[in-house]
Amino acid sequence: MVACDGLTSRVGWCPVNKEDIEKIAHLARLGIDEQEQEAYAADLSRILGLVSQMNAVETGGVEPMTHPDEAGLRWRPDVARHEIEREQLLALAPQTHHGLYLVPRVIE
Amino acid sequence: MAPTLHGTFGDPFLTATITQLAKGLASGQYSSVELVDEAFARIQKHTDLNAFITLNEETARQEARAADEARKKGQAQALLGIPIAHKDIFCTAGIKTTCGSRMLANFISPYDATVVHKMKAAGCVTVAKTNMDEFAMGSSNETSYFGPVANPWDQTRVPGGSSGGSAAAVAARLVPAATGTDTGGSIRQPAALCGITGLKPSYGRVSRFGLIAFASSLDQAGPMAQTAEDCAHLLQAMAGFDERDSTSVKTDVPDYLLGLRQDLTGLRIGIAREHFGEGLDPATAQAIEAALSEYKRLGAQLVDISLPNAAHAVPCYYVLAPAEASSNLARYDGVRFGYRATGYRDLEDMYKRTRSEGFGREVKRRIMIGTYALSAGYYDAYYVKALKLRRLIADDFTRAFERCDVIAGPTSPSTAFALGAKNDDPISMYLNDIYTIPVNMAGLPALSLPAGLAQGLPVGLQLIGRYLDEARLLNVAHKFQEATDWHARVPAGF
Repeated sequence: MVACDGLTSRVGWCPVNKEDIEKIAHLARLGIDEQEQEAYAADLSRILGLVSQMNAVETGGVEPMTHPDEAGLRWRPDVARHEIEREQLLALAPQTHHGLYLVPRVIE
Repeated sequence: MAPTLHGTFGDPFLTATITQLAKGLASGQYSSVELVDEAFARIQKHTDLNAFITLNEETARQEARAADEARKKGQAQALLGIPIAHKDIFCTAGIKTTCGSRMLANFISPYDATVVHKMKAAGCVTVAKTNMDEFAMGSSNETSYFGPVANPWDQTRVPGGSSGGSAAAVAARLVPAATGTDTGGSIRQPAALCGITGLKPSYGRVSRFGLIAFASSLDQAGPMAQTAEDCAHLLQAMAGFDERDSTSVKTDVPDYLLGLRQDLTGLRIGIAREHFGEGLDPATAQAIEAALSEYKRLGAQLVDISLPNAAHAVPCYYVLAPAEASSNLARYDGVRFGYRATGYRDLEDMYKRTRSEGFGREVKRRIMIGTYALSAGYYDAYYVKALKLRRLIADDFTRAFERCDVIAGPTSPSTAFALGAKNDDPISMYLNDIYTIPVNMAGLPALSLPAGLAQGLPVGLQLIGRYLDEARLLNVAHKFQEATDWHARVPAGF
């Protein structure tokens, strides 16, 4: 993958190419065909250019903030709750078989 | 069968707020069934706005009849029998919830979102699901699989996004109440562009259970209506702890309506220099200055503050929100619900086709940026860097609120732009949220209220408050609305 060095204070063009798109798309399980790869590469490059503006700020020693502090994550007792019927959920699925979700063969 | 409302006593929707409709219903001037019929008549007359994805005609009429019956038996809640439209991001049992996407185009949720459940419990009648940017990703309501929404003030222009359908519906007086969600400005910015009042509550104030997740640390549900008083009614019903949302706060919900009346003498309004810099349209700036002068007349004092890291909020957001989205949208794989492609070779091919066909271009862009930012070798440089910047942005607000009680400024750098104007340039689209994004970073509450017109298009004033200080925001907005009438303006033809 082309390295876009986020640690320098370079602002502006941060090229993402078709190979990068292929790799990223695979990670995200998105099927991006050849013609589209070019366009997405250009889009992502521009967005990363915008994002690289972050490098102008010194953040040494700053504690990362994943969510507003006051709303901490709460735990609940590990007790199963039965609220929706299995049939209701299966009815939403594209394909089912004997009460199971049906997908293409995974194991040969 | 009663005559149409037009013939009997004029059109109650043209100027009627929730507050006024509640009085009309209580005094028997009209029934909820008549209001709901009127809503559907207006909706059918204005389908060119494309504000709705699904109408709930049969069930709404049943709910309205039930509300009227309940009223006869003595029930009298403020929202009893009031028609409401929900942004199509809220799960509604038995009614399609599409999230503006092909991926969920035929999805019918088996359960109600907590917000939907609470509004029903408060007596609201669910009339429709509103159109929105796909998976809430957008600032113009142009990314919806179901087509763009038009701004009722000028139908060649966007209503803003992602809650564009809700904003347009209220602005056009098709419904008096709507719900929206706000991750980077998606309630406030369309409220501003459509000339209505919209509130993004503090993070954790309103339950996210049943709210289709985009960015879990930023998303928040909120009310959209004509006035702050109306929003207070809606927020009163929707706010509160929910054990099903692990980020829900337990703090008691105050009486928002009681808080509206407070006098503004001595209120310190913080004005951030950064909000009035380059990029702000002069006509918008002028309208905001006039609104601030009005606040001085109401007894407030303007205080200079600085939000030095605000300029970096947009780049920060376009790492964090897509990163969270890439995780949240991983569930859409064609296996258990939603769209599934055909003609696939194997499981991996099924995932890839389903996701590339089910998602639109903006969604795929954001999933990929998020995936990139979280991937090995880039995680620290992008994701962690953005989280640190987020801390700095939040700290700026904490410091600013030592010197002021609310922060005021423009909601959007300009009024509504033309449909299609920014489709080729995602960056230019992202910069629409420059004033709204920092607020979500910090988890603070903020609202947008109509503050003027610039070349005939609405201008919104944004008020930002301390954490859980929604009562103050609603009060500060309400007093302005008592002294001015921008919120009562209706676009021509509606």
